Amino acid sequence: MSANLSAIFYLVASVCFIMALRGLSSPETSRAGNLYGIIGMTVAVATTLASPEVVSYWMILVGILIGGAIGTLIALRIEMTALPQLVAAFHSLVGLAAVFVAGAAFYAPESYGIGVRGAIKTASLIEMSLGLAIGAITFTGSVVAFAKLQGLVTGKPLVFAGQHLLNAGLGVAIVLLCAWLVATEAPAAFWLLCLVALALGFLLILPIGGADMPVVISMLNSYSGWAAAGIGFTLQNNLLIVTGALVGASGAILSYIMCKGMNRSIFNVILGGFGTDGGTAGPAGAAGDKAVKSGSAEDAAFIMKNARSVIVVPGYGMAVAQAQHALREMADLLKKEGVEVRYAIHPVAGRMPGHMNVLLAEANVSYDDVVELEEINRDFAATDVAFVIGANDVTNPAAKTDPTSPIYGMPILDVERAQTVLFVKRSMSSGYAGVDNELFFRDNTMMLFGDAKKMCEEIVKALGA
Amino acid sequence: MDANQVSNRAGQLASDAEMLASNLRGLAVDAGQMAQRTAEAAQLSPTIAALAVFVLACFVGYYVVWRVTPALHSPLMAVTNAVSSVIIVGALIAAGPAGLGFAKVMGFLAVVLASVNIFGGFIVTHRMLQMFKKKPR
Repeated sequence: MSANLSAIFYLVASVCFIMALRGLSSPETSRAGNLYGIIGMTVAVATTLASPEVVSYWMILVGILIGGAIGTLIALRIEMTALPQLVAAFHSLVGLAAVFVAGAAFYAPESYGIGVRGAIKTASLIEMSLGLAIGAITFTGSVVAFAKLQGLVTGKPLVFAGQHLLNAGLGVAIVLLCAWLVATEAPAAFWLLCLVALALGFLLILPIGGADMPVVISMLNSYSGWAAAGIGFTLQNNLLIVTGALVGASGAILSYIMCKGMNRSIFNVILGGFGTDGGTAGPAGAAGDKAVKSGSAEDAAFIMKNARSVIVVPGYGMAVAQAQHALREMADLLKKEGVEVRYAIHPVAGRMPGHMNVLLAEANVSYDDVVELEEINRDFAATDVAFVIGANDVTNPAAKTDPTSPIYGMPILDVERAQTVLFVKRSMSSGYAGVDNELFFRDNTMMLFGDAKKMCEEIVKALGA
Repeated sequence: MDANQVSNRAGQLASDAEMLASNLRGLAVDAGQMAQRTAEAAQLSPTIAALAVFVLACFVGYYVVWRVTPALHSPLMAVTNAVSSVIIVGALIAAGPAGLGFAKVMGFLAVVLASVNIFGGFIVTHRMLQMFKKKPR
């Protein structure tokens, strides 16, 4: 295939990828969008296989078969609650692939037409070192994120003295190594750069706590895109550049949305260490002597049965307990009783953007019943019952009233305006931010202590009786 | 004018002509260099062309992604993840040449990794999107 014809086909693939993202603007068009993505990828791979540089196919075929089988198996087996760690794991693979491609381009530049060994074009070397560094950071960063989400290492932020100084030093080292690589094209520079970037990725994500994972995952998503774009510049391939830019922009926007959902700057999240100082904040510290009203599943069933409207506020606790199916059963019974049931989603609920929406969809909740924060917040005042299940910080009024609170300024769901607030929680422990929630002690709040799934099942039983 | 004078004059003329020729040669070289430089200036560097594509694509991505409904942010991540594995294009070129070398092994490994991502990413996106079907009431 001639270079011009290849370029046309790559262009077609780029457009397909844009259409794939465009399709996600609504659930109806989303499946067509995914199909566009698959078509685009097929066109891209077929075009490359038909190009004159590729003459030996057996190794490629073996590679695709092995990788495809593993990917298919994992994707079909994975539980929807384990989605965040799966996405993190997949990001790490893109990062590592970028490192390998950069290595291949460094040792066999003639295959890509960017010069010969020892005399690679300067521009290509600059782009290669960028692609290599970003790819390596993405790889180890995603591995750490995966380990945290999977529970292999503690989700608590790991901080030590001089951490930021060390990271800054590694950052400077990366820039210097890039310069060395570009100036001399020494293999030692290439591998040292690779090592330092791997270390930096590891150290960058280590101090970031579990509940900040939505930002981290989005950020790594963005990095994997920039790595692809960097490799695209090296290989002078427009398809890689366009796709990398799309993915990079997408991840960056998601990071921004997540940060806004927590009222924190991206730097604050990246510097990490948030959520370590448990219970230091404000007036809630004196909460110990205040009375808490706790109730049983029967009480909750009675209250909700007699309500006109219920808004369910799910959080990470629901995902951990896998309570979404029992919750939907409960909602179905309430609807049969004539109660209006809706679900309110906070942007940072769960461990990845849109995590709650996927879990509710898995439990067959219609997406028309699932409402975002801005749209539902004013409805709480006219709501009889707010049913908070596995969420805490995102409902804490201290975010609006207490300027000393670490979560001050974070947009919250105004559950306190509902007539009655039901909190399903395992214990009185504070949320991720380490702040006590004064809502627990209000007169119109009833705590339902127990596992989220068991509690929902008991309420279902009580509703049926 | 005697024969001596004539031959002197002829010699002078010859040397003048020689000088003229050498000047002309210099001029020609200069003109050639100038033409080359103009041509280079007119020829776009491939890096700049790629940069243009990159910046425009960033803008396209920005506007398209803002229109994605928040409910589908998880599928968005999964599908962008699958799509970013288009890096397989670079891996295929590395794994494509005849013979066996270091670069080819690198390419092979990258093909495996990217394939895991492509198949895994699209399938898991599909699974998620299947759940976002309109529910019969």
